[in-house]
Amino acid sequence: MNAVYTRPKTLDAAGSTYCPGCHHATANKLICEVLEELGQEKNAVAVMGVGCCANSFRYLGTDLIALPHGRPCAAASAYKKCNPDVVTFTYQGDGDLASIGLAETLMAANRGDNITVVFINNAVYAMTGGQIAPTTLIGQKTSTAPGGRIAEEYGYPLHMCELMGQLRAPKYLARVACTDVPNVRKTRASLMKAFKNQLDGKGFSMVEILSNCPTNWGMSALESIEFIENQLIPEYPLGEYRDI
Amino acid sequence: MEKIFVKGCEAVAEAAVRAGCRFFAGYPITPQNEVPEYLARKLPQVGGIFVQAESEIASISMVFGAAAGGTRSMTSSASTGVSLMSEGISALAGAHLPAVICNFQRSGPGISNIQPSQQDYNQATKAHGHGAFRMLVLAPSTLQEAADMTYRAFDLADKYLNPVYLLLDGFTGAMMEPIVFPDPKSDEWILENKASKAGWALFDGNLREERRRAMGGRNDQEPDNIASAEMYERWKGTEVEYEETLTDDAELIITAYGISARFAGAAVKKLREEGLKVGLIRPVKVYPFPEEAFDKLDYTRVRGILSVEMSIPANFAEDVKYAACRRAPVKTCLSSGGNILELDAILDAARELYGSR
Repeated sequence: MNAVYTRPKTLDAAGSTYCPGCHHATANKLICEVLEELGQEKNAVAVMGVGCCANSFRYLGTDLIALPHGRPCAAASAYKKCNPDVVTFTYQGDGDLASIGLAETLMAANRGDNITVVFINNAVYAMTGGQIAPTTLIGQKTSTAPGGRIAEEYGYPLHMCELMGQLRAPKYLARVACTDVPNVRKTRASLMKAFKNQLDGKGFSMVEILSNCPTNWGMSALESIEFIENQLIPEYPLGEYRDI
Repeated sequence: MEKIFVKGCEAVAEAAVRAGCRFFAGYPITPQNEVPEYLARKLPQVGGIFVQAESEIASISMVFGAAAGGTRSMTSSASTGVSLMSEGISALAGAHLPAVICNFQRSGPGISNIQPSQQDYNQATKAHGHGAFRMLVLAPSTLQEAADMTYRAFDLADKYLNPVYLLLDGFTGAMMEPIVFPDPKSDEWILENKASKAGWALFDGNLREERRRAMGGRNDQEPDNIASAEMYERWKGTEVEYEETLTDDAELIITAYGISARFAGAAVKKLREEGLKVGLIRPVKVYPFPEEAFDKLDYTRVRGILSVEMSIPANFAEDVKYAACRRAPVKTCLSSGGNILELDAILDAARELYGSR
């Protein structure tokens, strides 16, 4: 019997402990597939902060730098400058990338550092129990915005691709989702582009993956996918915001 | 050997380059701006990387990233900026990464002013971040020592896989003295140094099978903490460093570290001229603290200990009191807030303590 599809060898064989239905597992798998297709799985360093993203240090078979919340882009930039031949990527959630690490993220992008940023946007602080994130939707209920996000108190959802789109240095900015097979394939293609850019020495690339959090959204996996399609994507339109 | 007349900040920066430092990230803050300015010019000339980061938090995180790849790395700041680095310094200690951190102390608390002080002693020696880690803390008192210690700090960081802290001050950064620099490490030596870190550093991925991690997060943290604590204890046998001057017959001990030891040394000289038997104990490293220097004293002869530092409230004096262990009275002579110690104040305090028995 011919195997037509196998788990990427770089992904831990024991499976993940992400909550059932969580798209982190899909994103982890796609990163491993892309690195293997590029022949870089033994030549890659993942840089992670804190949060659900950091769970993937157990599953990604690459080398790993783990440091405090918000700091991956700074560490990745420095690591890459010292080791220009090693594929260097960050894997960050919305709190990490867009709140506590906003300066580190924007400045790495503005310098055009030759790294790949994988941004998991699930509109909530997930590991800590579902608090309001910079990307939480207006009206979306969270454990620290129990009445739902009110613009007058917390401002509006932060659009990172659009924000970075104001900068001249980034080479690739894309927002994708993993809600169905066509979208998963687009996500894979965007990750491929973002990693290839780095191998080609082009500069800063970011893939924002609109993700789900069935646990903290209080939904089933299927309901959470509908929420992405019906609520998140209208607020955060999918597409390539920069490709140069 | 050729002596070069340099400013303190430049002595530290040049010594770092000569020690093989090939990555520096920092954020401007007075009184140490000549360190990044010097390295911005020098590092690219030797194949190194200089980054002016977006903040001190980013600076120390960049140092973390560079150190994780096995590159000799340093950052420099002053007091309030070093406070921002606490998170990253703790992370370096937790991940067992070697790096060198320079603090050219300025006045505090808060943003205060840019004048020199020694008010960060407790922070440097006891609690430079959460999690109860320790660092070797080197406290140069001359520019020659600042250069030599910066050079050695990189070796110590590599040896113990732990950040090493240079506790300087705005004085030391701004003044000029003639010094002899240590020999620069060759490019070959620097490559070999990086290669020697192959057991843990993240590079040459294609040459090996196993995965490597540079991280502080652990589910089984306690065994790691116990091993670190044992290392800190071993330092008390191997890393204690201090200087004694005229202590053999001394009836009064003046003790001070760093720039204050220059004032204290001048006071000892003057008091000896007056016929008073006064000696100096100067911790060269302030962590681990040289308790043995105080244990060695003959307390049937020593009338008292005068602890001199540019900090109010006193920080260093607390360690002196602990080391003296109530065997002699410990008095202080202090300044702070950017005010310079006055020789006359030290002399008066010493004479009073000398004559008090």
